[in-house]
Amino acid sequence: MTAIDPGTATEPAPIEKGAFDFDWNEAARRGGILALALAFVALTGMPNGLNDRLLIDPILSLGYLSLLWLPFAFGWLSGNEKVLEGMARTKRGLRDVVRGDVIGFVGGLGLSLLVILINAFDLRDPLVNWSPQTLAVLQFDRGQGFGIIAWPILGAILGAAGASLHLLPQRIRRATLAALATVLVFAIFETFIVDLFDFTEDLLYENQGGLKILWAIILFVVAFGASIGGAGRKVGQVRTNYQQATGSAKTTQTALYIFLASVAMIVIPMFTGKITQELLANIGIFLLLALGLNIVVGLAGILDLGYVAFFAVGGYTTAVLTSPNRGEDWPEWFPTMPWWGALMVTIVVAALVGLFIGAPVIRMRGDYLAIVTLGFGEIIRILFLSDWLNGYFNGAQGITNVPPADFGFAQVKGTDPRSVFYLVLVFAAISIYVSWRLERSRLGRAWMAIREDESVAEAMGINTVNVKLMAFVVGAVLASFSGAIFAAKVGSIFPTSFLILVSIIILVVVIVGGMGNIIGVIVGAAVLIGVLGGPKQPGLLAEFSEYKLLIYGALLIVMMLQRPEGLVPNVRRSRELHQEEFLQDAWLKGEVDDAKADGDEPNGGPEGALA
Amino acid sequence: MTTAMRARGAGRTNVDRFLTLLRVLLIGLIAIGLLAFLWQQIDPGNAFAKWTHEGEEARRLTWPQFRGLIISGLSQGAMYGLIALGYSMVYGVLGFINFAHGEVFMVGAFTGFIMSNKFDEAGLWEGSAFIPMVLITVIVATLVAMITAIIMERVAYRPLRGSPRLIPLITSIGVSFFIQNAVILLFGPGAKSYPRNPDWMSERIWGVEVVKIIVIVVAALSMAGLWYFVERTKTGKAMRAVAEDKEIASLMGINVDRTIVTTFAVGGAMAGIAGMLWGLLFRSVIATTGFLPGIKAFTAAVVGGVGNLGGAMAGGVSLGSAESLAPLVLLEPLGIDGVSQLRDAVAFTLLILVLLVKPTGLFGERLSSEDRA
Repeated sequence: MTAIDPGTATEPAPIEKGAFDFDWNEAARRGGILALALAFVALTGMPNGLNDRLLIDPILSLGYLSLLWLPFAFGWLSGNEKVLEGMARTKRGLRDVVRGDVIGFVGGLGLSLLVILINAFDLRDPLVNWSPQTLAVLQFDRGQGFGIIAWPILGAILGAAGASLHLLPQRIRRATLAALATVLVFAIFETFIVDLFDFTEDLLYENQGGLKILWAIILFVVAFGASIGGAGRKVGQVRTNYQQATGSAKTTQTALYIFLASVAMIVIPMFTGKITQELLANIGIFLLLALGLNIVVGLAGILDLGYVAFFAVGGYTTAVLTSPNRGEDWPEWFPTMPWWGALMVTIVVAALVGLFIGAPVIRMRGDYLAIVTLGFGEIIRILFLSDWLNGYFNGAQGITNVPPADFGFAQVKGTDPRSVFYLVLVFAAISIYVSWRLERSRLGRAWMAIREDESVAEAMGINTVNVKLMAFVVGAVLASFSGAIFAAKVGSIFPTSFLILVSIIILVVVIVGGMGNIIGVIVGAAVLIGVLGGPKQPGLLAEFSEYKLLIYGALLIVMMLQRPEGLVPNVRRSRELHQEEFLQDAWLKGEVDDAKADGDEPNGGPEGALA
Repeated sequence: MTTAMRARGAGRTNVDRFLTLLRVLLIGLIAIGLLAFLWQQIDPGNAFAKWTHEGEEARRLTWPQFRGLIISGLSQGAMYGLIALGYSMVYGVLGFINFAHGEVFMVGAFTGFIMSNKFDEAGLWEGSAFIPMVLITVIVATLVAMITAIIMERVAYRPLRGSPRLIPLITSIGVSFFIQNAVILLFGPGAKSYPRNPDWMSERIWGVEVVKIIVIVVAALSMAGLWYFVERTKTGKAMRAVAEDKEIASLMGINVDRTIVTTFAVGGAMAGIAGMLWGLLFRSVIATTGFLPGIKAFTAAVVGGVGNLGGAMAGGVSLGSAESLAPLVLLEPLGIDGVSQLRDAVAFTLLILVLLVKPTGLFGERLSSEDRA
């Protein structure tokens, strides 16, 4: 029940409990889960594989972070109590710390056990990371005894630290978290920051990308101070101002922010090196895809798992129309044209394919539709790969020598990622504008009505079939932009670039960002593709490449369980997802109000809960 | 489907016309392919075959070839059927597609790989020790698959009960992705091969490999066991009741949570057996092994009618045979090159065809009223 306002007068006084008065079984169970989680992470090879990337030189590497954050998080989570309306909270105190301590300790014991087991047995045959290297990392290079003793102690400290966050006043807790986040961001974004400001390389960073300890402390203190000083509140103030503004004031503000964002986007790539430009270009390409999928999944509520098909169609159409190396079976009269001409054809082809794939699936149940679209995605990839159409698409060899997109004043090609980024930027702007206008159009409202309840939408006179087909077509066209740019950027098109994996990663981007929210999708693409990387493209943490798919899967599960509306939720969508809770809250509120003689106005309610 | 009926009442739209065209086209293609196949069996040098094969004669399929195709179709189909049972039961009870069920199958196959390799190192994967060791491996693989399915339900799906139906589906995609990549990281990315089967398994009885016969027989036995469990035991009755209506079932004193866990466990067990059979038959497993068979098994469940156990098995067998026969029997006579690459496309096209022509599957769905919408 997130919707409860702590200021409600009906809340009973908190209960005091002793330091050891908590559910020990529950704590032990959580500790056991933590132990399993730690052992799992250790055996996936993350601590060992990521150990070369330092975050804070020399004390913390990404490898150790992959283990250490777990007890901290478990400690924090152990303090989260489900407090229902009208129920008493338990007073925070030593009890929380002890509980976090116990959980962390048990978790650490799990790793000690793992250290003993790795020393004693050789299971390297099935488990590839059951290795001396993993062992060395787990023992801090100091022998078995040290590892066995260190982990429970570390776990207990971190668990207690996580739990004691609950004890701090909210302001200080926020400041601590903000400061920790700042240090992490500076450490992770090393490539980007150094690329942008050359002098930081020697100033901030030691070897292997790690922050110098001194600078880590300085950053922590500065961020902490800024947060206490109210920096966070000022940002929040700006946001509320914007949300509350109406009429022309809002238009002016919107224009201002869009202007600032576009200037930043245009200026930043001028000062960065190739790696960052390449990264931005990749983010842009996936952003285009995600914006398209956002219309299909986020607005219309159609779960299209074969979305990569449209990306493939866009890429292949452009490649066939521009490359001299296309298959041999195309007839003589078939034209070769410049990139922008091919783009026009690509749009038409993508729209037609959208219609073709959309029409058969449009009346199916939502979950059938998901699988069938996935099937279509695979069919299209298989066809591009097949010997049957080898004369047209060159099968596994793919279409090579796709020429750069030539605009007279500039050439867009893969060796010049900045030009690709600017081209992507133009199309992203178009897509964002289109999505933004569509969302507020008659069509957009029809999509949302269908998403909420198809039968009711139909009863309201919406032609559900046509409207859903439109979603498919718009999504297909947006994806084909991305495919066309991808073809020009990479210079060659292979069937292996269009695995189902791509669909799923775009789905994760849309869901993590926030289904149905354009800003959310941008944030999702920037964070996920930027930091973790795309299916084949490295992100800022190139070390993650082996592990990123696992992390994508885990993110998808965690988001669906904890926050299905995404990081930046769409107000209407999150209300749909939490409808039951709102109904319950409203019902409880009603009951509480009846019981109260003076009849205060209830605080919160669905509107207030989301603000 | 109610929407379809409503649309029919409102007059035919362009989409309807397009769909009719698509149905006619697909069925027409199948008919032409079949006729062309029959004609080239009778006379390989006929005019149509010469036209489709650019002047050359078509190749006739011999009876042993044909029999080989049917048997491999049946054995593969039997495994699809076993996996499909899990989809079907979970769909019947919870009304959502457990996308990660294919991974349960993969986990079964992987467990089989680890066990069989260890036994092989100890020299137990041959001679008289072979059969008891296979039995032990099957039991362990089944148990591990079952536990995977149970953990999956507990961690990912139980908290989502009652949320909009696409939410658990998306979660299950995440689960599938997670398990696949966890296996890659834990056990390495390469393909793992099972140890060599004893020679008698690759011998032929009436021209059919013994291992394929074993696969078909084991699948049939498991199916019979499951049928007995669901239709004749008390727990099975509870499962059917929960599938029909969870609330009423709980009012009748049925522990709904436990019944749902049982459903996952039983489905997982079937997938585990299928995984082990897969390992014996193809002797190779890789972390992505579960993906395509998983999707195809779902196709099999839909072909047979979701929620219908006999249908799932029949769907599996028909899908397996279609996949094995269609490239050579339907596509090759039409003059398409490299038909064996199109096997997977055939499976998905069959799914689309069934959903277009008979969306309730060949044997009808058995779902609760709320899921039929």
